[in-house]
Amino acid sequence: MADPTDAASSSDGSPETSADLLKELVTHLSANRTNLRQEWARRIGEARLLTALTPEEIFNEATSVYDNYVEVLETGSVEALQDYARNLSERIIPRGVETDEVLGIVLLLRDVLARSLFQKYQTDFDYLNQVLDAYEPAANRIANTVAINFVQERERVIRQQQEAIRELSTPVLQVRERLLILPIIGVLDGQRARQLTEQLLRGIRTNRAKVVVIDITGVPTIDSTVANHLVQTVDASRLMGASVIITGLSPEIAQTLVTLGVELGKVNAVGDLQGGIEEAERILGYQVSLGSDSIEDSQLR
Amino acid sequence: MAVPILKQGPFLIASIQAALTDTDVLQLRDDVMSQVTRHRSRGIIVDVTALDVMDSFVSRSLRGIAMMTRLRGAETVIVGIQPEVAFAMVQLGMNFEDVQTALDLEEGLALLQTQEGPADGGS
Amino acid sequence: MAAEPEERIAIESDNDVVTARQRARELAAGLDLTSTDQTLLATAISEVARNITTYAVRGEVLLSIVRDAGPPVREGIRVVARDKGPGIADLELAMQDGYTSGGGLGLGLPGARRLVDEFDIETAPSAGTTVTLVKWSRAR
Repeated sequence: MADPTDAASSSDGSPETSADLLKELVTHLSANRTNLRQEWARRIGEARLLTALTPEEIFNEATSVYDNYVEVLETGSVEALQDYARNLSERIIPRGVETDEVLGIVLLLRDVLARSLFQKYQTDFDYLNQVLDAYEPAANRIANTVAINFVQERERVIRQQQEAIRELSTPVLQVRERLLILPIIGVLDGQRARQLTEQLLRGIRTNRAKVVVIDITGVPTIDSTVANHLVQTVDASRLMGASVIITGLSPEIAQTLVTLGVELGKVNAVGDLQGGIEEAERILGYQVSLGSDSIEDSQLR
Repeated sequence: MAVPILKQGPFLIASIQAALTDTDVLQLRDDVMSQVTRHRSRGIIVDVTALDVMDSFVSRSLRGIAMMTRLRGAETVIVGIQPEVAFAMVQLGMNFEDVQTALDLEEGLALLQTQEGPADGGS
Repeated sequence: MAAEPEERIAIESDNDVVTARQRARELAAGLDLTSTDQTLLATAISEVARNITTYAVRGEVLLSIVRDAGPPVREGIRVVARDKGPGIADLELAMQDGYTSGGGLGLGLPGARRLVDEFDIETAPSAGTTVTLVKWSRAR
């Protein structure tokens, strides 16, 4: 983006530097603040943008954006604009405002201001060009700044939501005293696996668990990162005095683990969740009591 | 800072209150060995609940102490490793494969008691 | 990345190792690093700072807050642990994993590397060692 004070952007080498032109621009925009802002608000309504906001809110934001816009042209610095854009994004994203709306209104303002320049300098085409040469880079920089800040803020919100969903979708369940079950569903990535480990270890402390059953029936595939996390989870749980049983290990995943060189011998694996719980109860010293099977089971003890 | 060691029946309990220096570790080892010998202890609990970091030095040192006490007929159980500390330890590549661990003091004592004799199992 | 002025902690005894890692934890907490990440950072510092007291007699740890303009925007702690000790003769060996007791040559370096986001080491026999670690906050 051209520096607004760069004299070289003057197209025909006339004595007016870009800085002078911008000053004139700023004067013009400040003088016509009221009607240009009104025109802009009208076009926003016409384009059906920011429908999530009330007309009063649109007016207030429009005023702030307008003033920030002029300030950038005046000072050449986008810092204040960045702060405002971030702040604005934080407020309007929860209201459901989309990226195209935000970009849309900034571009409309750019157009409204450009049109007013056309009107003012229509009798001197060369001068108009010079003014536009000074105006355009700055206007584009403004649009860029607002859009990027809005998108970054949106991405941050999405990440937060994803974290929350991850946490919710994998509860650590306490079904019996000293026994925790961690059913994992869906594809695991490194970050999620790590989060699960942290949750589980905290759960071991809170619930004073002695046995943990990690069920991966619902996990289609895992890669080496996740496989390592699984082994680390087993090791870390042991350090906290809990033994781990892994259930639902599909033949495919078992093969993957073997290929990756994971020591399956370290891992106590049982076929299915039910079997895992029974094994856990055996470790904890509970009697298994499930209908007619129980007599046979206790006799085997 | 010397680590306080308490006697609880046939067992000893050493509660580490703060980060250990080289000197502290040597002191701990000497104190543990002399107490185990004096009381003919059957087991010792080393409580690390207060430690917010367990690096390879501390881990190696505790492993060393556990091996020494075992030679004297006393089994060591490390208790109180915090979730984050456990996580950091496995990332670091440390694990106490040859040293027993338990969740806390209560569990540690129960473990030692179970190992005392088969008659006491499952209480 | 942009860095703020550093905080220097002389490392001459085990107590200094503890001071360094506690100070780093405090700085990290101020930046919103999760409790787990704080512990990972403190543990990594403990490893490299202990190398100083064990092998180099004395050295220093420099802590600073670093900022990444992104995207994504994030902050972190940078740790520089340096000494003018004997240096590491075989760096490749020192960085090799394979020992459960703490990493190649017992220096705990491969382990420390796993705990942080960025890891750099410069060393030469008789010229000392400088280890640089960075732990970033999870993207906000």
